[in-house]
Amino acid sequence: MEEHAPLQEATPEKVGTHTSSAQLEMRDMLLNIGPAHPAMHGIVRIVAQLDGEQIEKAEVEIGYLHRGFEKMSEQVDYNGVMPYTDRLNYVSPLINNMGYCMSVEKLIGISVPVRCHYVRVILSEISRITDHLTCVGATAMELGAFTVFLYMIKAREYLWELVEKVTGARLTVSFCRVGGVKADLPEGFAGLCKEAFAETRKVLVESDGLLTRNRIFVDRMNGTGVISAADAIGYGITGPFLRGSGEAYDVRKDCPYAVYDRIDFDVPVGTRGDNMDRYLVRMEEMEQSMRIVEIALADMPPGALQLDPDTGREIPAAEMVDLAKVGDIGAISGGCAVAGPTLEGSGRAQRPSIAADEKRVFLPPKEDVYGNIEGLMSQFKLVMHGHGVRPPAGEVYFPVEGANGELGFYVVSDGTGNPYRVRCRPPCFAIMSALHELLQGESMADMTPTFGSVNMIGGELDR
Amino acid sequence: MNPQDLIESVTSRFPDAVSSSHVFRADATVVVTPEGLLAVARFLKEDPELALNFLMDLSAVDYSAFGQGHARGLFASSGVAVAPSFLIPDLDPWPGPPGERFAVVYHFFSGTQRHRLRLVVPVPETRAAVESLTPLWPAANWLEREVWDMFGIRFEGHPDLKRILMYDGFEGHPLRKDYPVAKRQPLIGPQN
Repeated sequence: MEEHAPLQEATPEKVGTHTSSAQLEMRDMLLNIGPAHPAMHGIVRIVAQLDGEQIEKAEVEIGYLHRGFEKMSEQVDYNGVMPYTDRLNYVSPLINNMGYCMSVEKLIGISVPVRCHYVRVILSEISRITDHLTCVGATAMELGAFTVFLYMIKAREYLWELVEKVTGARLTVSFCRVGGVKADLPEGFAGLCKEAFAETRKVLVESDGLLTRNRIFVDRMNGTGVISAADAIGYGITGPFLRGSGEAYDVRKDCPYAVYDRIDFDVPVGTRGDNMDRYLVRMEEMEQSMRIVEIALADMPPGALQLDPDTGREIPAAEMVDLAKVGDIGAISGGCAVAGPTLEGSGRAQRPSIAADEKRVFLPPKEDVYGNIEGLMSQFKLVMHGHGVRPPAGEVYFPVEGANGELGFYVVSDGTGNPYRVRCRPPCFAIMSALHELLQGESMADMTPTFGSVNMIGGELDR
Repeated sequence: MNPQDLIESVTSRFPDAVSSSHVFRADATVVVTPEGLLAVARFLKEDPELALNFLMDLSAVDYSAFGQGHARGLFASSGVAVAPSFLIPDLDPWPGPPGERFAVVYHFFSGTQRHRLRLVVPVPETRAAVESLTPLWPAANWLEREVWDMFGIRFEGHPDLKRILMYDGFEGHPLRKDYPVAKRQPLIGPQN
């Protein structure tokens, strides 16, 4: 075997001869990220002016998912807006449903029963957990922690199964109605919740172990994407993003709505306003949301499910409809049929417990529609164009705490059956408008965790 | 501060700029002239008692079709405006739209005092422009761009007033009531 000659090393003199002759041209590079890019959850475009790896200036361009939510809302009646609200923040649609419904209820001047408030609170807290799981999971995945993403999506799946049990759908739930909700919680929901939360807690412990003291994760989250509380307020930022900067503003605590003032929970607050603090705030908020659901389930006033079972046998609504379709109305002509108030029965026979006692607002139960003339007329009037829910002329703004911050609906009515104007204040719009400042001066690689912690949801950003 | 006190503290300070005020469903609203907007907004932000440090929302309403039913709507069948059939006790009646075609609507919130105030600025169609609040709140930057995009209301002093949700070259302002909801403006190809 012959001996290999040692590799020639480039000496400083040699390098010098190559570069000193020609002057290197120095200029900034313009890098276009998105609109369709794996790290740009949804579609958004960032044009970054780079000096080496450092972002000198960034410009954020949105609007790629604009579907005209506000224009379309003016074309349909008040309940018809509900499916559109699902598609705002599609990771936590129940919070949008609730926010829109409560603003219309404020406009009309009615309040829903306490049990309905509890149902809404429970579901919106479950939605908040799914939203935070998605945000933290996706951010972790983009930083290389794919396992955490899979674990968190698994937990989200358990929670979406809960949502499916109540609403019949996973994402586009359209669950709330002006004046109530579509259905009561199903039987045994507390038990299902307990099981799902046990799984979620397990996932949170595992993820916490994989991330919070993980050198790679911590190094990339610590000290990146810093924003002070004063700057965040100037940009109108709310929610976990603002709380990460140390400002403890939470709509649920500071402007309590529904039954949040009866429930004891903590608002986690960060100190440094960086990505790590926002991650920690979100992790703690998931635990607090589970706490809220548990308290709410325990405190919930008894409703339909606990009423006297002797009032009649429970028949599934579908069965009853079929009977009527074939002309066999004998089974239902004898009086008001009693079906379970849950989704399965879709009956809501014990309506007063989950819907406002206001016939001119809330759609009648299907048993009444198919069973007696008053119910049929009521349904017909509410559904027919120009005869639906008609709030008095006026304007209201109602904020709820969305997963990303204050989600407000500004509704203007002119007294007709369609909303005159529906304006949604999307919480991540404010954060996105500050993004260029967060990115400025950071390195290119820091863009991923910073943009991840924004939790941009195209549906609510572009509407 | 309760809604009445909020209104009182603004109207007593700016008797000329405030044209009217009302409380509807516990929402305090002050109607301000376009000329007085910037001074009032600065006062709202800097006054230690009001301390309205959040500009939560900024949007606009086109009142040109108010109360005329929805004859232009996609699903309109009759187009006939129907008066509200039921009377829910109206303790604090709404005085109606502010008069001009457009109204720019600001929602302020105080992070320390936890109260909210709505500012309505009526804007005539002939001179659809108001002062920009960007120097006071950076949040106004994108929100004003959206109002320009959707309603065609200009904001004087805005650093970069351009469309935000619609694309460059889009014609018209879609949230105006006279923009047909079914109108299409294909960006790529005639069959789009």
